Formats: sequence, C-alpha cells, structure tokens
Amino acid sequence: MPIELSLSALKQTQWYEYGVRFLLGGLATVLAGILGARFGVSVGGLFLALPAIFCASTTLVESHQRRTKEKAGLSGRRRGREAAALDAAGAAWGSIGLVAFATVFHLTVAASVAGAFVAALTAWAVVAVSAWWLSRKLRIVSHHARRSGHWPPSAKNPRLFR
Amino acid sequence: MTEYVVRFIAGGVIVSAFAILGDMLRPKSFAGLLGAAPSVALATLGIAVVQHGPHYAAAESWTMIYGAIALGCYSVVVCHLLIRYRLTALPATILALAVWLAVAFGLLAGFGGAA
Repeated sequence: MPIELSLSALKQTQWYEYGVRFLLGGLATVLAGILGARFGVSVGGLFLALPAIFCASTTLVESHQRRTKEKAGLSGRRRGREAAALDAAGAAWGSIGLVAFATVFHLTVAASVAGAFVAALTAWAVVAVSAWWLSRKLRIVSHHARRSGHWPPSAKNPRLFR
Repeated sequence: MTEYVVRFIAGGVIVSAFAILGDMLRPKSFAGLLGAAPSVALATLGIAVVQHGPHYAAAESWTMIYGAIALGCYSVVVCHLLIRYRLTALPATILALAVWLAVAFGLLAGFGGAA
C-alpha cells in the first residue's frame, strides 16, 4: 500500500480534538521540565519519551473509525479497535527511531547544537521509516511463505503467531 | 513562571503539528510512527540547551533512550490489550502506562544516568 497524504482526513477531526492534543502536549512538556528540576536531569530525560498524547491520539483514531462504520449502518467497535492497534504498532516501530534520535543527539550536541537537532531528526525519520518498511516486507514474506507452505510444520500453527 | 509558559506553548505547538501530520497520513500503521515522534523532546531539549548548555541536554538525551525503549514496550502492550483482551483504546493506553514507568525506571536503575 503506498503512503498517502490526504488533507480531507482533517475534516474528520473536531476543533476540540486539536485543543486536547495541544493541552496534553503542553502539559507533558511542562511536566518533563518540572520533573527534571525536582528530581534531576536523569529522571527528566526519561519523560522526553512519555507517551503523553498517545492516549488522546489512539482514542481519536478509534472513534473516527467507529464513526465511519456507524455512518454506514454497521457496528464499528471491532474496526475502531483494529485501527487503534495499527496506530500502536506504528508507534512501536517509531520508538526505534526515537532511540536513534536520542542517541544521535547525545553524541553530537557538544559539537554543534543546530547540527545535533538536524542530525537527530534525520536519524529519527530514516530509522522509523526503515523499521516500518522492513516490518511490512517481513509480513508480506511470511504471508506468502505460509500460503505456499514453505514453513516448517510447527510454524504453520497460527496460534504461534498470535 | 515564564519558562513554564514557554514550555507549554512550545510543547503544545510541536505536538499538535506532528498530530496533524499523523491525521493526514495513510496507511494507519505509517501514521502511527508519529505517535513516537520526538515532539516533547524537541521543545524540552531546545529549552535545556538555552538554559543549561549542551552538556545538560546531552545528559537528558541519554536517559531519553531508556524512555524511548519503554515507549516501544508500551506500544506493544497497548497493541495486545486492544487485540487480545479487546479493551477499548482509552483503558488500554492508560493501563499500559504502568509498563512504561516500570521499563523506564527499571532501565534507569539498572544502567544509571549519563556521567
């Protein structure tokens, strides 16, 4: 499936949903600052990767999918849950990129601050997208292998892959 | 107080920008990558560099690695809670926060912060 950028998808989002994410993002940044000042730089650093807006964004993904299905006269509960799980799976791959961001920033910030931000953001984008792409490739390969029967007998047991 | 207002606005703007980009992207699993975007980190590290200098920001980014590993574990747990245990998104994402805290502080206790 190709990657698409669709402006029309923004129409699904209500104005207050943007407000919630702005509020949570702002609060998470303030919290990271307060914890860093109160408990030291090490604890503050942990909270730079706090899944603060994850709750809001995943809940929104779920509700958008459910609403779309319900408009078509169907129960969208399962579809909403699956969309939210896909979003979470993407975040799992994205977190590998976040490790790359933090590592590159840590290694380069002493040499150049601006350069560190550029290098770290580039590392995040390259590693996150590569991890996502690789996960899709592996899934396609395993799917074909299972369909053509090229897996060992134990691997054909679908319970092992759940 | 001014510092926290700046943090709030900078964090809110950067998080919203990544969230809007995520809304526009398809497929959903690709858009999910932006759920782990360094949005809070960009605002916080920027302020840390200005206030305390690059060495402080470097120390902060070292323990951010632990936080990012914890985020990976958190996302996998959320995925399982949604699909295996059929929870809805809100309770799943809130319950899994315990995993994020355990992994992040476990790694910090095990490996320590930057020197």
